[in-house]
Amino acid sequence: MSRRNTIAWIIILGLFAFALWALLPIEGERLGRKGIQLGLDLKGGVRLVYQADMSSVEPGEEADVLDGVIAVIANRINPLGVTEPNIERRGTDLIVVELPALSVTDVQKERIGRTALLEFRELVTDEEGNEQWVPATAVIDGQEKELTSSYFKENTYVDRDSFGSILLIFEWNEEGSRLSQEITTRLLNKPVGIFEGDEPLRGDDGEPIAPIIRSVITDRGQIEGLSLNEANELSSQLNAGRLPVPLETKYDLTIEPALGADFVNLSTKAGIVGIVLVMLFMIAYYRLSGLFASLSLIFYGALVLAIFKLIPVTLTLAGIGGFVLSIGMAVDANVLIFERMKEELRTGRTLGASIEAGFNRAWTGIRDSNATTFIVCAILYWVGSSIVAGAPVKGFALTLFIGVAVSMFTAIVATRTLMRFVVGTRLAQRTSLFSTYAGRK
Amino acid sequence: MMFDIVGKRFWFLSISGIVILIGIIFLGVFGLKPGIDFSSGSIMTLSFEQSVDKDELAQELANLGYGSASIEHSPAGDFLIRTVELTMDEKAQLKEGLAEKFGALTEKGFENVDPVIAKETGRIAIIAVVVAAIGIMLYVTWAFRRMPRPFHYGTCAIIALVHDVLVVLGVFSITGAILGWEINLIFITGVLAVIGYSVNNTVVIFDRIRENLTKGISTNFEVVVNSSLVETMGRSLNTSLTTLIVVLALLFFVGSSINNFTVVLIVGIVAGTYSSISIAPLLLVIWEKREWGRLIRWWPISRSRS
Repeated sequence: MSRRNTIAWIIILGLFAFALWALLPIEGERLGRKGIQLGLDLKGGVRLVYQADMSSVEPGEEADVLDGVIAVIANRINPLGVTEPNIERRGTDLIVVELPALSVTDVQKERIGRTALLEFRELVTDEEGNEQWVPATAVIDGQEKELTSSYFKENTYVDRDSFGSILLIFEWNEEGSRLSQEITTRLLNKPVGIFEGDEPLRGDDGEPIAPIIRSVITDRGQIEGLSLNEANELSSQLNAGRLPVPLETKYDLTIEPALGADFVNLSTKAGIVGIVLVMLFMIAYYRLSGLFASLSLIFYGALVLAIFKLIPVTLTLAGIGGFVLSIGMAVDANVLIFERMKEELRTGRTLGASIEAGFNRAWTGIRDSNATTFIVCAILYWVGSSIVAGAPVKGFALTLFIGVAVSMFTAIVATRTLMRFVVGTRLAQRTSLFSTYAGRK
Repeated sequence: MMFDIVGKRFWFLSISGIVILIGIIFLGVFGLKPGIDFSSGSIMTLSFEQSVDKDELAQELANLGYGSASIEHSPAGDFLIRTVELTMDEKAQLKEGLAEKFGALTEKGFENVDPVIAKETGRIAIIAVVVAAIGIMLYVTWAFRRMPRPFHYGTCAIIALVHDVLVVLGVFSITGAILGWEINLIFITGVLAVIGYSVNNTVVIFDRIRENLTKGISTNFEVVVNSSLVETMGRSLNTSLTTLIVVLALLFFVGSSINNFTVVLIVGIVAGTYSSISIAPLLLVIWEKREWGRLIRWWPISRSRS
């Protein structure tokens, strides 16, 4: 064995050992990475895309406003207990929220994007005797203002009174205090309705909450009659702040973690079966060369998975598809080389010379054909980054790229080293081991 | 034993021509069935405690006002129900209605796409495919720049590629009409993968043609191309076979949820192998020998003969 080959051997074995160490156990922590990152479609979770209504925002202030929205949403997500939430701005008016590995009900989803604003309304009877709830207003500093929860301080909380009733306790800020004073003075002994949007807040019993004002309220007030859950949620909504602009849900993807786990199982099975079948085929058709290619394939698999774990690459279902496809293509480089080798052997060259010639001549084919795959990967990566539902596409592009790149390496370096190992031994004399007797023309 | 593929090039190209024609006709008649990624709407994955009959489910959905909903039954026993866009309230009502009739259900997955997003996705998908095609043509032309007519190589590669995409679209036009398979984002991903793969094959054959031309094994271009084809046949078929094996494993195990992806790959790989062997190189020959006219004239003759 030549000196060069020995060095190559050492590098390959070293890399293989490193790959195995990095990869196993899968959940073990290596270099700061634990387990293989799974995308939303495999881990379960929620992805929501909101479009912000920027019509009332001055141009130039969009970025700040969106940052404000992100801060509020982050606050609202906190109580859900997500481990790695991701909220980001996309384009001029889109916000993407990702909550991985979480089971979220529709109600909770709605709360995230909701504009928690409580309006205080008074009952007015018009000329025909119909009653209507109208926003309660007062004139402050010459301007008519509505009494809403935007004047609450961000310290609402939930408490029980001596009877055990649930109370949502709030405190007015300065302006709110003045408004409240005027309005409650006017509405003494009359009911005030509390509305969210056009719907009144409903108590535990389903009836709208409309307390009668017993005394003038200037600093603290309380809302009685809500259920404990509703009070808690409302309180945290109010404290987390009001959204600067209204949001509309444009895209909603929810996957139960159980469904995702199914996919992982099935894809793993598919991957293993696929690799085994390919190895069998290679050995059957290319015999001893096929065996070396199969070993090199194992090396390839370990290396790619280790890379996925260390970078880390977020694996989606399409990403697994990309990996599986790249296995098929990893074999391609080997096939190119072996076919070339067969031809050389047929012209009567020795094994050693055939190996070298095979590898050298096949290189241009490998390089050019893989280059076109890389172009497609680049385009797919761009597609994935440009659309909101694009994570699977991005995952596919990345895994295919890594797979094909590594396959070039393993085919040329690993297989060649393995094959060179045989040169000069007795096996090399039996060239029939290297080309199938059922060779074509 | 030498196959003379190049000699029979008009036959091979006719077959391809007919296949493409059939594909185009299907596309024209049936069109494609867009998934929610491109036409907005929502898909709900529900699993019922009791076993539910698909037709009954369809009936109940119609009763609830969703007559145009489409239902798919996954191998795991879940139902994938596709409807128009749903607001939170509509969704809650739908679930309530179904639960009333069929008993307890759990929602395992949900995806809702707004028309604005759908349109954007469609736009980007088209751009991606066009850019891929152009990018590949430029690359192949550049890679073969030292050959006499590099532009030919690029263009023939593209024509083979377009053939493959049309075949895939044609197949999905049929399955869309009969089985209700949809064109969604994963489908486009598969198509782009097929494009990359098909050109992969074509380039390897071109590479061999280049080598043989440089070696000067014959002054007759036909002979050079034919030898190249014959020499690379083993490799082309084997690589396609191994890739098909892994994709079939994926299809078999993971099943219908990624049909749009695996079937695209299977059809694409088969079409791609065929086009790399029999379309791209043969077109090269025809172009080189300026036989376009002969090709067009030959067609009506062969058709009247049969």
